[in-house]
Amino acid sequence: MPLADAVARDVRDGDVVALEGFTHLIPHAAGHELIRQGRRDLTLVRMTPDVVYDQLIGMGCARKLVFSWGGNPGVGSLHRFRDAVENGWPAPLELEEHSHAGMAAAYAAGAANLPFGVLRGYTGTDLAAWTRVATIVCPFTGQKLSAVPAHRPDVGIVHAQLADRRGNVQLWGILGVQKEVVLASRRSIVTVEEVVEEFGPVAGAVVLPSWAVGAVCLAPGGAHPSYAHGYYDRDNDFYARWDAISRDRDAFRRWMDRHVLGTSDVGEYRRSLEVAIA
Amino acid sequence: MTRHEHTADEMMAVEAARRLREGSVCFVGIGLPSLACNLARATHAPETVLVYESGTIGAKPTELPLSIGDGVLAETADVVVSVPEMFAYWLQGERIDVGFLGAAQIDRHGNLNSTVIGSYDAPKVRLPGGGGAPEIATQAREVFVMLRHSRRTFVERLDFRTSSGERVSVVVTDLGVLEPRGSERELTLTHVHPGVDPERAREATGWPLRVAADLRETPPPSERELTALRSLETKGAE
Repeated sequence: MPLADAVARDVRDGDVVALEGFTHLIPHAAGHELIRQGRRDLTLVRMTPDVVYDQLIGMGCARKLVFSWGGNPGVGSLHRFRDAVENGWPAPLELEEHSHAGMAAAYAAGAANLPFGVLRGYTGTDLAAWTRVATIVCPFTGQKLSAVPAHRPDVGIVHAQLADRRGNVQLWGILGVQKEVVLASRRSIVTVEEVVEEFGPVAGAVVLPSWAVGAVCLAPGGAHPSYAHGYYDRDNDFYARWDAISRDRDAFRRWMDRHVLGTSDVGEYRRSLEVAIA
Repeated sequence: MTRHEHTADEMMAVEAARRLREGSVCFVGIGLPSLACNLARATHAPETVLVYESGTIGAKPTELPLSIGDGVLAETADVVVSVPEMFAYWLQGERIDVGFLGAAQIDRHGNLNSTVIGSYDAPKVRLPGGGGAPEIATQAREVFVMLRHSRRTFVERLDFRTSSGERVSVVVTDLGVLEPRGSERELTLTHVHPGVDPERAREATGWPLRVAADLRETPPPSERELTALRSLETKGAE
């Protein structure tokens, strides 16, 4: 299914949407499509919101962010995220902030159809006073543990390396919470680098059977500037360049106009970047 | 540069690396901690196990990664696990010996702030946030902190406590080394780096810094340490 059609069908204004990817396989192409289609009032969920969430926030798509670490990995701040939190630009952003362990437990609980995740966590941190976490007592041992409400997004979106003709999905390398977010979400969209007749075994790979996945959309290069293990490397230079692009509101809007709003899909986006660099 | 000419960052990486015991399982962040652990592997502790929170266990990068999820970590790892497994089975399962943390602020008990400057609901500066820190700080057997020494960072009172200092065993700075001492486990200056006057560390600390009676000078980086370190840095820069 074309990515634009999947986004039009499955993502509505006001939805809780999780685009996941722990550094690897970040679904940038799908995030760009949300921006092109002008989605509003989204609650965005992600452990490590980075550049694509900076773009969604800066373009006014988000009302709330549920997260555990919001930075540009190896570079520094996310300036659009900071501008929204510190100055309410372009709109105020409500935060629900967790630790990584809490977010991971919440996704795993959602995938397992449980109302909450349980962990030894949130001790010795002021976070507990500002987020949705509760203390529970183990019925067997009396130990005190932390409970976090399960993540059950309306839509989970991930990128993967391969789909086969029947719509089974295969991904490998750093796995993040890709499997959990697809299984925890009511609807899911998976973009892939390549569609093959049949895929073979890969060491350490996760396979999501077609009947457990919603839309599968071909989007080669759709993780850029993140990477797809076995296809292309992380564009570390882009992450470094994003710092300057995103620091200034006007420079940010110009960049988004040219490379996202001014393009119709991931192919045009990639070509527009090549022209910009040359 | 000769063995006596080294940068403050190099001294920090070398000193943190020396404190890693052979075979330690380390939960590593990007930047100086990653450099320190890789230096330990390249020198006295080749069996150091590098665990990155992205899920790579036993990563053996030949170049320094920019992010904790770079492909080189997955390619060289003994095994790659999902993020829920990483935090539940490996960190919460208490299989990590040393966790590394940095922060924007630290107090005299090793509590750290990486969340906000100012108030939480109307911050002056919104920082990236804790990520894995709250649980690393309470579930790794011990915690190494690496921070540059300044009054902005070493504060009397944190704006926000992101993680607990209860398991912090050492703070390596660009001026020296602080370790918890006494029943209060107050961070105390136990080493200064070569040529550093302890008064400088006092001035760069926002609370009245205790200086150990047995204060020592950190040995400067050896030629072997510097060569190994620079080889890692050069590879990372390519």
